[in-house]
Amino acid sequence: MHRLPERDRPWVMRTYAGHSTARESNQLYRTNLAKGQTGLSVAFDLPTQTGYDPDQELSRGEVGKVGVQIAHKGDMHTLLDGIPLDEMNTSMTINATAAWLLALYMTVAEENGVERAALQGTTQNDIIKEFLSRGTYAFPPEPSMRLIADMIAFTVDEVPRWNPVNICSYHLQEAGATPVQEIAYSLSTAIAVLDRVRPRVPDETFPRVFGRISFFVNAGIRFIEEHAKLRAMGRLWEEIGRGRYGVDDDKLLRFRYGVQVNSLGLTEAQPENNIIRIVLEALGVTLGRAARARALQLPAWNEALGLPRPWDQQWSLRIQQILAYETDLLDYPDIFEGSKVMDGLVDELVEGAREEMAVVAEQGGAVAAVPYMKTRLVESHRERVRRIEAGELTVVGQNAYTGAEPSPLQDGEDGGILRVDPAIEQGAVEAVKAWRAERDEAAVERALDELSAAAADPEVNIMPATLAAAAAGATTGEWAGALRATFGEYRAPTGVGEAAAARDDSALVELRERVERVSEGLGRRVKILVGKPGLDGHSNGAEQIAVRARDAGMDVVYEGIRLTPARIARTAVDEGVHVVGLSILSGSHSELIPAVLRELEAAGANVPVVVGGIIPQADEAALLGAGVARVYTPKDFEVSRIMGDIVELVAEHHEVAAVS
Amino acid sequence: MASLAELGRRLRERDRSAAPEALNLIESRGRREDAAALLAEVSPAALGGEAPAHLVGVTGPPGAGKSTLLSALVALWRREGRTVAVLAVDPSSKRSGGALLGDRARIEHDPADDGILIRSTAAGARLGGLAAPTREAADALAAAFDVVVIETVGVGQSETDVADVCDTVAVVVQPASGDVLQFLKAGIMEVPDVLVVTKADLGEAATRARRDLAQALAAAGSGEVPVVAVSSLPPVTGIEELAGTIDAHRRSLDLGARRLAARRASALREFTAERGDSGLRALGGRRAAERLLAGENPDVGVNALIAALEARR
Repeated sequence: MHRLPERDRPWVMRTYAGHSTARESNQLYRTNLAKGQTGLSVAFDLPTQTGYDPDQELSRGEVGKVGVQIAHKGDMHTLLDGIPLDEMNTSMTINATAAWLLALYMTVAEENGVERAALQGTTQNDIIKEFLSRGTYAFPPEPSMRLIADMIAFTVDEVPRWNPVNICSYHLQEAGATPVQEIAYSLSTAIAVLDRVRPRVPDETFPRVFGRISFFVNAGIRFIEEHAKLRAMGRLWEEIGRGRYGVDDDKLLRFRYGVQVNSLGLTEAQPENNIIRIVLEALGVTLGRAARARALQLPAWNEALGLPRPWDQQWSLRIQQILAYETDLLDYPDIFEGSKVMDGLVDELVEGAREEMAVVAEQGGAVAAVPYMKTRLVESHRERVRRIEAGELTVVGQNAYTGAEPSPLQDGEDGGILRVDPAIEQGAVEAVKAWRAERDEAAVERALDELSAAAADPEVNIMPATLAAAAAGATTGEWAGALRATFGEYRAPTGVGEAAAARDDSALVELRERVERVSEGLGRRVKILVGKPGLDGHSNGAEQIAVRARDAGMDVVYEGIRLTPARIARTAVDEGVHVVGLSILSGSHSELIPAVLRELEAAGANVPVVVGGIIPQADEAALLGAGVARVYTPKDFEVSRIMGDIVELVAEHHEVAAVS
Repeated sequence: MASLAELGRRLRERDRSAAPEALNLIESRGRREDAAALLAEVSPAALGGEAPAHLVGVTGPPGAGKSTLLSALVALWRREGRTVAVLAVDPSSKRSGGALLGDRARIEHDPADDGILIRSTAAGARLGGLAAPTREAADALAAAFDVVVIETVGVGQSETDVADVCDTVAVVVQPASGDVLQFLKAGIMEVPDVLVVTKADLGEAATRARRDLAQALAAAGSGEVPVVAVSSLPPVTGIEELAGTIDAHRRSLDLGARRLAARRASALREFTAERGDSGLRALGGRRAAERLLAGENPDVGVNALIAALEARR
């Protein structure tokens, strides 16, 4: 049979969206739904994701930037205003504070008279990949895992149509994972989660728990292999369900996944080409019926330039609609059944992933193996960067076919990107203060005390106390603050210290000689501080710079993510560095970089500052004007060249000769 | 340079802002004489006695949990009102000469707190052991802080050098890693002043590790060396006991004698590292060099002792 008796229903179509305030985002959601989107995907800002209120120090510059700011149930009411929660399928990209945001969502539903049991959606809630790649963790690993287990144990009966956790391979690929690593590390994460839920639910409930675990997968430009990857994951998932957990219901064994296609491969150069990449990547996850995505969201063509505008997101939604409604994709059964190529690729990936999963298991499972996995990812990413620099991996418009006409897409006054009004932050700060002033303070205090007590007892499920705090009007920062006080703070391993040295090539050897010469001139080895100010956890760029600087012979101070400008300045002085490199991808550079410069000056540090990240051209000039020595953006993909530039800058600034 | 005397005075007056500048100078290859002059400004002779700081060495294999431990220790010392400087020594890449100075990242601290300073240094070209600038940095900081920690990576070799510089050496081990046990048994490792078993939250394995270490110490005739267990995941437990044990060790010392012996050992080690065995022979051998050092003024710093050896060469 080569035709389906009835055409398949399309996947859930979403756009990862949200910015500024709850009110503006609500408007955006309504517009998107009117355009034919069939589900919501909520992007929260970094303070909300990491558990801070807008008026806390680390939130500075980040409020409303990469997503919507939600501080309490009032904000959630505004965000969801007029959206039928009993019909909507809402995906929330929320991890460390997932229990809190789910509680706010449930509270709003309840206050609008919608039953818990009717709620459908997903909380991302995969903390391991936050430690490995994305950086929005808040608590140490074990307490974080406990929160996840609590949510799963709670929702399986109370909110049975909710996906409490979406295990992410997506961000692993963004951090440089090979397909084998992507499969192995995400499935190992799923095992770590399931092992922790098992003692928290009755035996007869456990197969349903297994059935509620879903995945969030990436799809890169090698779309045939990417499709094979999904089939391999499906095969291994079933194997794990049957073998490790004794699940035998076919329905519960199904590998369920949603997709956001690759952002890592999107280029700043000739950005219009990105739309073609996105189409092909979307094919990778929809082509074969045996492993078709259940939900899809596509990035916008201009993500390497800045934040996408509504028009950019609409263009990506149209890709989905054309694929689903115009093509004949949904007319046929699995088109790869019996394909030698596909079967061969799947076998290869399954075998590789099994081996790598065994290594993780040997290390004590995914939680204990975070440092191991992180180091492997840093190494894989470095290899990818090296291959692009060497021209072994072709990226059209970036390292090949670089001559091009200017893109008319960037001609508009906005430069082709969305700008968030910086005044949003002040508004949010005042709004949260007003909220605190008007609520029943005693009730909030009682609820937070109970939350602390629940957190301190690992036998107690965190959800009831969290729901009570949400209903009482507590804030995101208060909820996370109570848990931080009990669980402690945590800084994830950076993976850079253990990353193996790069293979020597002529560029590196030449660079090393320059570093040696400048070091001699300085009297000390060139010392660089690589810093990530703000809440942005996307550390790949900073890590690659740190590792390459070490390989070039510099002494490198890298403290990981989430640093205040004051901390960066103090470190620069205490460590006696010769240059400071800052990386920001969250769009908060206009606030945070000048703040770092001010702190450095106040601390009496006389060091040049270079900045890398997603920096729109207009902002570049402003940063240079403010005293930044160099600005690097995704188009500067040659790390060696950046390094050489930095060495020269150090020589110039400290008045020593770089060339003999 | 007048500023050297000035810098020395600021250190003696415990001016925190003098520390980074002093460390930059000490690390500069071309300014060895300036460094020696600065260190003379903070020698026992200049201070009118031994530097008041407690010099604590913390060493252990990678991944043993040193940073988590130090975060908790630093926090406790700060609660007690003691100022703390940490020198984190990271190995350098043999090939590139560069180093990733990662450990300071793991030591949780408040950047607004003037009572803490963290400086990471690369071990440099030397294989194992402590580079002279690290010892000098510790000497300089000892004038300005209440506690100076030297944190090194490794087991079996580096702790000997750390012992030459520190009052108290704590070796950190994690359960189920047998190397420390093996090194102790084989006599490769100098007996530390305190042994710390991390990851006490591992339960049975930690208890066993603690027992095995106590037995190995007893077999080495050092049954009195305390073994303290701490958990590695926050909130860290066992830290009060560890801090108490470290303090108790310091109280048990004849500080003057230990520091004097340490200065002489450092001088001899650094002289030998610089001049080699032939340099030592020119002085008439190790014993003769030791006698020479014993005849010097006990209140001068290590650099002055090295200069004395150089003068007789």
